[in-house]
Amino acid sequence: MDFNDSPEEAEFRAEARAFLGQHLDAKASGRPSRDESYMKRAKEWQNIKAENRFAQITWPEAMGGRGGTPMQQVIWNQEEGKFDAPTAPFAIGLGMCVPTVIAFGSDEHKERYVKRALHGEEIWCQLFSEPSAGSDVAGLKTKAVRDGDDWIVNGQKVWTTGAQFSDYGILLTRTDPDVPKHKGLTMFIVDMKQEGVEVRPIHQASGGREFNEVYFTDVRIPDSDRLGEPGEGWKVAIVTLMNERLAVGGSPGPDWSEIMDYARDAGTLSDSAFRAKLADWYVAAQGYKLTKFRTQTALSRGETPGPENSIGKIITANHLQDICNSAIEMQDHYGIINDGDKAPTDAIFQQSFMWAPGLRIAGGTDEILKNIIAERVLGLPQDVRVDKDKAFSEL
Amino acid sequence: MNFDFSDDQKFLRDEARKFLTAQCTTAEVREVLDDDDKSHHEGVWKQIVDMGWLGTAIPDEHGGLGLGMLELCVIAEELGRALAPVPFASTAYFFAEALKLAGSDEQKTALLPKVADGSVIGCIAASEGPGAVDASKLKTTFADGKLSGTKVPVTDGDVATHAVVLAKDGNGASLLIVDLTNDGVSRTSLSTIEPTRSHAEINFDGAAAELLGNSGDGESLYNEIMNRAAVLLAFEQLGGAGRCLVMATEYAKERHAFGRPIGGNQAIKHKLADMYVKNEVGRSNAYYGAWALSTGAAELPEAAAAARLAASEAYWFASKENIQTHGGMGFTWEVDCHLFYRRAKLLAVQAGAPAQWKEKLVHALEMKNAA
Repeated sequence: MDFNDSPEEAEFRAEARAFLGQHLDAKASGRPSRDESYMKRAKEWQNIKAENRFAQITWPEAMGGRGGTPMQQVIWNQEEGKFDAPTAPFAIGLGMCVPTVIAFGSDEHKERYVKRALHGEEIWCQLFSEPSAGSDVAGLKTKAVRDGDDWIVNGQKVWTTGAQFSDYGILLTRTDPDVPKHKGLTMFIVDMKQEGVEVRPIHQASGGREFNEVYFTDVRIPDSDRLGEPGEGWKVAIVTLMNERLAVGGSPGPDWSEIMDYARDAGTLSDSAFRAKLADWYVAAQGYKLTKFRTQTALSRGETPGPENSIGKIITANHLQDICNSAIEMQDHYGIINDGDKAPTDAIFQQSFMWAPGLRIAGGTDEILKNIIAERVLGLPQDVRVDKDKAFSEL
Repeated sequence: MNFDFSDDQKFLRDEARKFLTAQCTTAEVREVLDDDDKSHHEGVWKQIVDMGWLGTAIPDEHGGLGLGMLELCVIAEELGRALAPVPFASTAYFFAEALKLAGSDEQKTALLPKVADGSVIGCIAASEGPGAVDASKLKTTFADGKLSGTKVPVTDGDVATHAVVLAKDGNGASLLIVDLTNDGVSRTSLSTIEPTRSHAEINFDGAAAELLGNSGDGESLYNEIMNRAAVLLAFEQLGGAGRCLVMATEYAKERHAFGRPIGGNQAIKHKLADMYVKNEVGRSNAYYGAWALSTGAAELPEAAAAARLAASEAYWFASKENIQTHGGMGFTWEVDCHLFYRRAKLLAVQAGAPAQWKEKLVHALEMKNAA
């Protein structure tokens, strides 16, 4: 056992680090800096990565990737994470949407969309969730009706990350309500800048407005922009979603070391009840971090990682909520203050406290993730699905 | 990144599992459970001795196989999975490791070959009553080569030939080695919640003993021995917890209620998913402990504590919810669930209960931060 790179990995890491150092500053604090120039910087950085084949390292060279290994992508992400790298606008498009276009699109689609997305010229979003279709996304209602060579789309999507910046989206619609819900869906590429597409930011419980509602009113999509056959949209969506949970599972905020530092400064580190909780947080955080090392070991050996990776978001989301809750309670009444100038540690615990409930839902709720472990890892029976064989229109 | 066992180590694990699956079933475990006169399963023990497992981490020059701690970890996981009713942990994790850590050349030369060939069964005797072992409040004393006092409970204390004893002497706490066949040693078997592992109260009345390590170093040596044993016990715990998850999952698929398998209900599914998550957190932390143990890393104190805490929690949760998943059947003597529930609790307290390991962990993190 060791935590060292293989010689090839070390060589790639050195190359990545040198390249990053030429183009970016080291990260000043925990998160990349966000300012008015963020989007411009993000597009420039994406282009530089693509020009040098550091964007989408596992994609084949013909698609503009490096033809590299998953382990190289892990190493790149680790190294890029140490720099002030503006990457957020492209995570969903390049991680989920464009791979779907590559898998199901025509040669014309690949020619038209892939290179521009890879070079940061165009941004993509994913349009699946609806107000009445969250965990049960196949129950969605947005309708696409065939009209000559086009489809006419009406309906509403919700929780769409980055819709306000996006040029294109992949859109899951219902095209046949007279068959069971999973069988009547069809996927399209949609131009987000066209008439009839309206993006409205959601005012989240956390106070921020990162996500959106997207309304479609008589939006016309040519049949040539369909991905997969009519009625095969669920299969297409599965390919898109396979990548999502890995994308959401990262370390999301203050952890045991931050609350330990705070407790030391506040003079409460000697409290025995706090110390017992701190030990639990350390064990959980290590469990998450070291499980990723096990996954990386499999990747490094060219093996398929085991299912242990699936524990990540269940641990991290609850963990964050618990730590923030305890930090606020340690501050007693003063803990309600979320003004960064007055609250300890720039109000990082208060901010994450309000963000944590969303993290437990985004990208699969705790409950859905536990169902997935129970069914796919342990092989337990599926939940009862009373609507499984009924036509959607009869539900 | 190479955070996994090697192919050779996995082969050893597979061989150990094959042997134990065939030769150490719960029928063998129950022979010890149901017979108050049996301290351990002699047939299983003899075969384990013959295969040389006790010498796994003992160097060649002392009669061992000269493999390493990682090899001992994979064997530990399989012994835990099989609920092996033998004095392996007492002898290999506590007694032999104490000798390797603190023994003089003479002591190692005299005793390690006998550990490896099975002629010495070891144990460690520290507890004197309810509550965590406190080296500053020991009642057992050592003076002029003689040991006096009572240790209770001592795992495998009735079957062991030798003990490492924590006692007070003129310089504070010290570790002693005692031949338990000496005059002045008397032992009484104890009734415990885990009868597949034997326990004794040992009374020392001026028994001859010799120092293990320097006089006055007892507390730090004892802590070091516990750090090592914690990692090895974590693997035993993982083995047991893993088997509980398999048992509960299989039963939940077979057992029908209200017209379908109970494993189709989210109350069961989510419980078993929680079990899976805890087991994986335990496994990852145990691997880190194994790394620290095998490399002699400075991170051993926090790695051992985290391994022990994660594995104790995983086994506790898995063993109690395995009974719960089995319903009334799980509360019968005939169904094996209670065997794991018993073993889980023994392993969680045997090298110190979770509360003191939480404190050790936070203390280690503070030391690291201060350094």
